[in-house]
Amino acid sequence: MTRKYELVYVVSPDATEEQVTDLHTQVEQIVQRLGGTIDKTENWGRRKLAYEIGRHKEATYVLELIDGTGELMKEIDRRLKVSDLVIRHLVVRIDEDQAVIERTKAKRTETSRRRRTARGLPADRQPGEGQRGDADDDRDDRFDMGLEDVR
Amino acid sequence: MNGRKSFGGGGSSGGGGGRGRAGAGAGATGKDGQQRRPMFRRRKVCKFCSDKIDDINYKDAKLLMPFVPERAKILPRRISGTCAMHQRKLRTAIMRARQLALIPYTAE
Repeated sequence: MTRKYELVYVVSPDATEEQVTDLHTQVEQIVQRLGGTIDKTENWGRRKLAYEIGRHKEATYVLELIDGTGELMKEIDRRLKVSDLVIRHLVVRIDEDQAVIERTKAKRTETSRRRRTARGLPADRQPGEGQRGDADDDRDDRFDMGLEDVR
Repeated sequence: MNGRKSFGGGGSSGGGGGRGRAGAGAGATGKDGQQRRPMFRRRKVCKFCSDKIDDINYKDAKLLMPFVPERAKILPRRISGTCAMHQRKLRTAIMRARQLALIPYTAE
């Protein structure tokens, strides 16, 4: 049984582009060897750190969505711990949370549709309806880190 | 002050005195309390409930920043008005973001 995981690793700013891609291929190899798949890779590029880690003030962030087993993630975790280039990393299991989020979303649309039909309105919200018409734009503004696809 | 006295009197004499009186005393305190504090406090609502944000994600530092003001401590529920469920999620998200240096642990 495979599970969905999210891996973020923070690469030292001393590393070259090449070394970052090298790291990615290393992760990819481990994933392939242990029978998993990488669903998505995202390079956030160089970002300022919120606090200094060692002597570094900025670093490169890479996000990977991985489908695999616990053993696979354990191995990746171990490898990243050993690596000198990676200054921080975080593995989070996301499938359960995603399921919960989907459930709440489905529930919400379902109730809203039911209420709207009870009130004699079309089931789905019409464009330009309600006083919070620009709410969607607000949401998009918050995610200008290039993460829209992940959520 | 007045309200408190009447309430105390009601309590002491009301051993067998009857519920009606005690109830009236309590009502008086409530009224006095309102008079003493005429200030109107806006009811706080959970940002995540009202905005329908289901996913409090650690990668979204912009979303989390308002909940870690100045000293970078997590804003308590009594101030932010976040509901219990979302405060729990917020907490884990903030802690994860801190590990990745997306959010500070402390302000220097």
